[in-house]
Amino acid sequence: MSESASANAPKPSSSVKLVLLGEAAVGKSSLVLRFVNNDFQENKEPTIGAAFLTQKCSLPTRTIKFEIWDTAGQERFASLAPMYYRNAQAALVVYDVTKPSSLTKAKHWVAELQRQASPGIVIALVGNKLDLTNDGGDVSEAAGAAQGESESVQNGDEGAGEEDEVQDAVSGDARKVSTREATGYAEEEGLLFFETSAKTGTNVVDVFTAIANAIPESSLKTGRGTGAGTGQTSLGNRSAEDSRVNLGDRNAATAKEGCAC
Amino acid sequence: MDEIAPEYDVVVLGTGLTECVLSGVLSVKGNKVLHIDRNDHYGGEAASVNIEALFKKYGNVRPGEEPWKKYGRVNDWNIDLVPKLLMSNGELTNILVSTDVTRYLEFKQIAGSYVQQGKGPKATVAKVPSDAGEALRSSLMGLFEKRRAKKFLEWVGDFKEDDPASHQGLNIHACTMKEVYDKFGLEDNTRDFVGHSMALYPSDEYINQSGAAVETINRIRLYVNSMARYGKSPYIYPLYGLGELPQGFARLSAIYGGTYMLNTDVDEVLYENGKVSGIKATMKDRDDQSEAMKFETKTKKIIADPSYFPSKSKVTGYLLKAICILNHPIDKTDSSDSVQLIIPQSQVGRKHDIYIAMVSSAHNVCPKGYYIAIVSTIAENDANHHLELEPGFERLGKIEEKFMGPPIPLYEPIDNGEESNIFISKSYDATSHFETTTDDVRDMYRRATGEELKVEGLREDQQLATE
Repeated sequence: MSESASANAPKPSSSVKLVLLGEAAVGKSSLVLRFVNNDFQENKEPTIGAAFLTQKCSLPTRTIKFEIWDTAGQERFASLAPMYYRNAQAALVVYDVTKPSSLTKAKHWVAELQRQASPGIVIALVGNKLDLTNDGGDVSEAAGAAQGESESVQNGDEGAGEEDEVQDAVSGDARKVSTREATGYAEEEGLLFFETSAKTGTNVVDVFTAIANAIPESSLKTGRGTGAGTGQTSLGNRSAEDSRVNLGDRNAATAKEGCAC
Repeated sequence: MDEIAPEYDVVVLGTGLTECVLSGVLSVKGNKVLHIDRNDHYGGEAASVNIEALFKKYGNVRPGEEPWKKYGRVNDWNIDLVPKLLMSNGELTNILVSTDVTRYLEFKQIAGSYVQQGKGPKATVAKVPSDAGEALRSSLMGLFEKRRAKKFLEWVGDFKEDDPASHQGLNIHACTMKEVYDKFGLEDNTRDFVGHSMALYPSDEYINQSGAAVETINRIRLYVNSMARYGKSPYIYPLYGLGELPQGFARLSAIYGGTYMLNTDVDEVLYENGKVSGIKATMKDRDDQSEAMKFETKTKKIIADPSYFPSKSKVTGYLLKAICILNHPIDKTDSSDSVQLIIPQSQVGRKHDIYIAMVSSAHNVCPKGYYIAIVSTIAENDANHHLELEPGFERLGKIEEKFMGPPIPLYEPIDNGEESNIFISKSYDATSHFETTTDDVRDMYRRATGEELKVEGLREDQQLATE
């Protein structure tokens, strides 16, 4: 793998596991679907749009291929498996700018990541549903349900809460979490910070590009499988490489790729 | 706090591998599943734990001491509680591929499969030959025996159950394996490694069972075909330990709508006319942040591991197991980073084989330079369990830490669950692989749904299938 560093090689491409975290119905899935957009209908899985999607992000010197993991609802009763965080190199912690409790929950997830995930994981804090605030413009389209949709399919009971928020939005600025408060927290913890609208697309691609840029070159070289920092499957280890097995060849075929940035 | 639905098709208790596979499959098939574990982690008895948790679990800690500290970062350790490996052509592999759970996991080969001959200082260890060619080169047999073994393995390779022409004139469905061995004139030592390290029988009971020959042949074929798939050994193993397997199937279940609640006690099982009708449960505090949440929900069926229904389970035997931390590979195994080593019972004067399953940093289960070997067997007496495992310890050489608890009871359900609609799994048995676990999965699925489990094309079919 050391060849990838040499100067005349083609632009290196690396896979990055990115995990989504945040309270139910803040728009985690819809952010991803906006980012990956072209594959929404093709996905056959009934309860949730995105369980495992991939999307490439092309930077000037390298290409990052995000493997994006959705919580699949396992966060609801604090039952996410360690496997979820395993080797994640990036995390998107999402809250809803119209719902202060969702920021509290986001802080909990950040703490959880700092405890459980690989050291050096890039964490982006994202305040979603900007379209429901005056900053987001475009409130005339009202509904705002678009970004809650995939979540509410999966978390039927959350759907009701979503409706209420939408009502507020129609009457004007529904923002309940100030940009300053969230920025302050993000700076303290060393997180990337964005406010987005999955519905209108505002800042969505920017989040992923920023994450791609923030991932240190050094962690990319090792790639997936060594993120835990123990380096067992390290580079020159011949036996480590040739004994790895690929059980399902159809894995390659199911990966959905596109280019959004 | 989110609401629990008023009713589920199935409540699953325990997040061991058997329960998680069933939960995943049932969710994919469109059942509304609530999956609960009293522990705050996935896996139950099939979990992998870090080294601090292991020291604490086995009580190898004196007050005020933190002996795990000399073993590096505790989270670099993922130590299996169950010593099992996957057959690369086995049923669990098939289920993993058919359900696409392979997307969440990475697998590596186990580097070698070995068998011991003789005992004490004179014991030899050799690679298990996996085909006729390897039989000819094996140090396990003398010259003439190699030829007989080659013939036998060639015959096994060509064997077709429905084709009497391939049965060598044996009445294959009625005869014993002894008759088959006799037919090929195999020596006792050869029968030993064939039956124990290829067919993977833990005792010699199979030899004289009428009609068991076909199963034995199929088991040898599974070994040979698994070996042929990747080359080094018939076994594969998930990076980060076996505990990843239940987590992977739990994720599958969740993706198809399964609801997960760890850290939740079942307070009461509710019945109507002798059949299960619901549960009362309490989700416990976690980090003292939220109050315990009590809830009640209806369900038509319960699937559970035996620990949730002790009165509906019986003990069938006791497993002895010692988890050993080494800082060197096992002698005479070509410095392999991972092995399965079987000590057939007759070689050391026992009735049950001793298994050694060893993995290492190559599988991301411990820091570099360490090896985790689990020595296990079925208990044969009540006296000195350490002594029963001794031939295994001898093989390991110098041991840094040894974790050994009391004999582990193996449970199975007392009934098939039809009357109560409560379907209970078996404990993870003494076999070295997951084939019996997937047999149990299939059996439970059949009992719980009245249908055969067909995993091939499961995810593609599930929207069409409404039979």
